[in-house]
Amino acid sequence: MTAASLNARGPARFDAVRLLRMLLPAIALSLMLAVIFSQQPRAMSYVGLTLLLNLAVPVILATLSQLCIIAINDLDLSIGSFVGLCACIAATLLKDTPLLGVAALVAAVGVYGLVGALIHWRALPSIVVTLGLSFIWMGLAVLILPTPGGRAPEFLTTVMKWKPAFVPLPILYAVILGLGMHLLMRSSLGTILRGAGGNPKALANAGWSLLRARVTLYLMAGTLGALSGLALVGLTTSGDANMALRYTLLSIAGVILGGGEFTGGRVNPVGAVLGAMTLTLAGSFLTFMHIPPDWQIGAQGAILIIVLALRAVLNRAEER
Amino acid sequence: MITNDLPSPADVAPARRTLVLPVWVWPLLAAAVVLAMTLIYSGGRGAADIMSAAVTFSALFVIVGLGQMLVITSGPGNVDLSIPAAISLAGAIAMKVMDGSNGMIVAGLAAALGAAMALGVANYLLIRLLRIPPIIATLSSALIVQSIAIAYGRGLKIKPPPAFADFCTGRTLGVSNLALVAAVLTAIVLLVLARTVYGRTLLALGQNQRAARLAGTPVSRARLTTSVVSAGFAGLCGVLLAGFSGGSSLNMGEEYLLASIAVTVIGGTSVAGGRAEPLGIWGAALLLFLIVTMLNTFGLSAGVRLIATGVIIVTVIAIGGGRKAA
Repeated sequence: MTAASLNARGPARFDAVRLLRMLLPAIALSLMLAVIFSQQPRAMSYVGLTLLLNLAVPVILATLSQLCIIAINDLDLSIGSFVGLCACIAATLLKDTPLLGVAALVAAVGVYGLVGALIHWRALPSIVVTLGLSFIWMGLAVLILPTPGGRAPEFLTTVMKWKPAFVPLPILYAVILGLGMHLLMRSSLGTILRGAGGNPKALANAGWSLLRARVTLYLMAGTLGALSGLALVGLTTSGDANMALRYTLLSIAGVILGGGEFTGGRVNPVGAVLGAMTLTLAGSFLTFMHIPPDWQIGAQGAILIIVLALRAVLNRAEER
Repeated sequence: MITNDLPSPADVAPARRTLVLPVWVWPLLAAAVVLAMTLIYSGGRGAADIMSAAVTFSALFVIVGLGQMLVITSGPGNVDLSIPAAISLAGAIAMKVMDGSNGMIVAGLAAALGAAMALGVANYLLIRLLRIPPIIATLSSALIVQSIAIAYGRGLKIKPPPAFADFCTGRTLGVSNLALVAAVLTAIVLLVLARTVYGRTLLALGQNQRAARLAGTPVSRARLTTSVVSAGFAGLCGVLLAGFSGGSSLNMGEEYLLASIAVTVIGGTSVAGGRAEPLGIWGAALLLFLIVTMLNTFGLSAGVRLIATGVIIVTVIAIGGGRKAA
């Protein structure tokens, strides 16, 4: 009798734990929004949500870029300075000489692909290569825009200040990006890409090119990083080489918060989008709680630790 | 030489190198070449100044680099991201406790190092309890500690005690005191790696975690020690940096994160773990400083200097790395 009941209950509890673990990023975000809304009910409006989440859009794009790299067990320490470079290109070249600007952005994304190929070809540690790369992006950005300034091209400000009916713009973008990336990673192409991180040997034995998988993911990461720079400039209307340096750590934190892992091609695009939104909200959260903004990054760290601790508890419950 | 009993690349792959030189010699040679190019361009002027500035500034990078090296050696993908936070916090605490009086130097140093080492313990507990890689643990703790450092150190404009400032900027027998501190620490780390249970355990752990555990080496204790030492060295760097530059500042640790990884890896320490090259850190730190000096002498702009630094890091790892993917 006990054996039968255990068998019957085993899978059910397993699923509940799994479901809870999957919903963790969404629960964290909802809790934070709930506290903000209870402190300031007017934030629960079209305008309120737009203001709260505007700056989340570039962070989401940078986080999804990092997710592509983490999917293949690499880590990108250069994404922050790359976003800064693309923002500088957008605020100068793209504004004054659009063709040259587009060419520069395409070339920058191309370099990302080449770096992916180099890392694969020489079996290099991605941490060190992207560390070197971050100096190169910084240097280029400083050459293009030595002092903060420039102006955002009009089409970018239009895209970022657009007011769609009913749904606040950042939420619309978050849904599109999250779902798009989710579908892509679940597609046949995405399965191969994740497989390159999960079990490279099996993938190679099955006849797929690991080089092509890595270059594809790096090109995707470069494209998302460039879009992040464009979105950032559309919001701030001017550029600065240092404007996005925080994105490097923030994007890693976002992917981890969303349920991604450093090994095995385990990534969760929807979770990463929610994670990025949660981390961006941390600042406003403190303002509503009347805590000085000095503690903003501390709050981001605390959220990360709390979610990771809950996940560890759930993992242990699952093992038992 | 102390490191003789470590497996050198020459033992592992005799065909790859015909010249049997220890790995740490290469960055030192590169630094010498860069120095020579600078002096040729400047016609030999300022040689003594360049050398002494290079040694002094390299010393701070060496101190944090040694800690980062131990963390990187402990296994593939392990990096300490909390180094800048430890530097900022330790610098602020030291300045506040010392409060400009010579009598409080020891107390300030102890408080700052204590706080940094507590961060190391916290990092270890996160790794252990949450079962997360060191890189995520140190990322989370760094965010919190950076916040504490900002809140604690805001508006802090305390000068270091005169005696401490003199020590940090001074020299003994013509060598800067900071370099002497770094040299002593390097010697200790070399000895510890070669001659102690902790050192051997760390190298074994980095080479094969499972094998090290099954062999019964004290793996957990080695991880704890590594965490604490890395944070402690970063804290020491923060205190010395505050003494050297006339006070602490909120973002004084920022540049040390990327630099600590760069000097470790260029110095020949394996990113895959299991092989440490303390002496290589000196060569790498001198190399990075001298490259910037050289490009300055050539009159190149900040942007070009950054690009050159990046290209050199990528080139060095592309040529020298790639034995084992991390």
